[in-house]
Amino acid sequence: MSEPLQVIVDPAAAGTPASAPPAAVALLRERHGDGVRALMENRGQFRVLVERGQAAEAIRFLRDDPRLRFTFLVDVTAIDFHPATPRFRVTWVLRSYHTKETLVLQADVPEDDPSVPSMTHLFPGADWLERECFDMFGIRFTGHPDLRRILLPDVFPGHPLRKDYPMAGIMTDQEWAEHIVSRAQREEGHD
Amino acid sequence: MTPPESAAAENVLETRTAPVAATPDMVSRGFDPASGHMLLNMGPSHPSTHGVLRILLEMDGEKIVRCEPDVGYLHRGMEKVAEVYGYNKFIPYTDRFDYLAPISNNVAVATAAEKVCGIELPPRAKALRVIASELGRISAHLLGVGAFAMDIGAMSVFLYCFRERESIYNYMEALTGARFTVSWTRVGGLSRDVPPGWLDSVKRFVDGLPKRVERDIEELLTTNPIWVDRLSGVGVIPKDVAVGYGLTGPALRGSGVEWDLRKESPYLGYEQYDFDVPVGEHGDAYDRYLVRVEELKQSCRIILQAIAKLPDGPIDVQDHKLRLPQKRSVLTSMEELIHQFMVVSEGPELATGERYFGAENPKGELGFYVASDGTGKPRRMRVRGPSFTNLSCLPYVLKDAMLADVVAILASLDFVMGECDR
Repeated sequence: MSEPLQVIVDPAAAGTPASAPPAAVALLRERHGDGVRALMENRGQFRVLVERGQAAEAIRFLRDDPRLRFTFLVDVTAIDFHPATPRFRVTWVLRSYHTKETLVLQADVPEDDPSVPSMTHLFPGADWLERECFDMFGIRFTGHPDLRRILLPDVFPGHPLRKDYPMAGIMTDQEWAEHIVSRAQREEGHD
Repeated sequence: MTPPESAAAENVLETRTAPVAATPDMVSRGFDPASGHMLLNMGPSHPSTHGVLRILLEMDGEKIVRCEPDVGYLHRGMEKVAEVYGYNKFIPYTDRFDYLAPISNNVAVATAAEKVCGIELPPRAKALRVIASELGRISAHLLGVGAFAMDIGAMSVFLYCFRERESIYNYMEALTGARFTVSWTRVGGLSRDVPPGWLDSVKRFVDGLPKRVERDIEELLTTNPIWVDRLSGVGVIPKDVAVGYGLTGPALRGSGVEWDLRKESPYLGYEQYDFDVPVGEHGDAYDRYLVRVEELKQSCRIILQAIAKLPDGPIDVQDHKLRLPQKRSVLTSMEELIHQFMVVSEGPELATGERYFGAENPKGELGFYVASDGTGKPRRMRVRGPSFTNLSCLPYVLKDAMLADVVAILASLDFVMGECDR
């Protein structure tokens, strides 16, 4: 068992009474050691930053351990810290109906290789959530059975929730119409 | 409750990932002579899809072999809008998530932003938010049940439900100035207090509502043999599947999981109110209907309690970096003028921090992952729409269902595409 991790308290929660990390954090450290990179807190809600290669294993452990039973994957999303590096932080929100705790797991993902392991083999609900995250950020969930766009059309250029994607889009309406038409023609073999 | 076994979870997965339209014949003709399967396109503007949901069905006669939902027709880039506009200017957009209960969305997003910084609302603001949010739930469930009945063919229930919803629209108009797109909350408070006499008329309305629900909905439906035959045993979602797919709200409780965020992680002082969480037994469409009707009555109980002990006092936090100062002091004092200018132009500034907050909305858990970077605009405002995750179980529930039951199953899940596609 290594040294207890320093809890980094959010500036937004500075000065609030410190709460003890949930049992899940100690158990995770016991199993993954240095794979658990940091521990952050915002008024009793803890975020565990793990090595991305170990995220799947950590989440499987959290789900299956009889003391924890984080059987509910609430959300999968990412945060873009552009232009900082590593650029993305993929975020899983897990909940246990057993201990009634909510735990946030995060993993840093660099821009040149934006991939994390998929959780679809653990939670069937991860399917759509990961597809949306891929759609919006271009994060590749390796092992996902059918990773394609879900909300945006297949022909959409780029990933709009990235910070370098402009609010107005990267195409004018005219360009967008031409883009769709030319693509449709290509598919039908008119080109 | 027990965690789903790995094997069970993997079984669920198999039913889910089977692709529709695999063979060339299926793609070009919509019919595969080898298997005899036919491809059927439902939506995106089918009356039973309550919006713009498209479902691709692979049929073996009347039976569904596989299905592939296609969502996103109503995507408006809400999360990007939040990053560019900031917290308060985002609130009108939240009206368009679950547009059957816009006020509940307003309450949820404002509370989520406040939770990041631990902004503590005055008690009156909390109680008013509870009243408004439960009115939203009543309005959404009335439409959920009414449209459900209409999809099955019971037109009168729909009309009775809309009569009640009309009253709620009138209360919304009196409270916020708008019937539909209310935009009522602000980070750190409310845009306005209740008008004189409003609470009394809401009280009268809510007092009589459970009786009217019994008379106009339950007596017509609950023991009606047609209704029961059409719904019981249809669209069964077992407990572990419901949890695995991340179902929330009445869809989860209908499957027998007793989980309501208002009880399990209370916000806005929900712990002060006495109410029951209805839970289904079989996880079928009929149970989901029963759960919704019971929640209607429980919301009435909450509103009556909240009105009875509604405290006096301010409706805003007394921090002018968050909420607008009084107009009189803006006109006379330099500092207040600056505050007003900053709150309006830059938005209320929240310190750096991240937090997930989930609110129990009519359709399920409306979650916000707010990552604040110390400015008036969030670095990331993730919106977890309950309809999105609730719909993700469609390939599971529609498998092996009859085509005629699709309408019943869709209506029993009670989704809103505005929230699914965001």
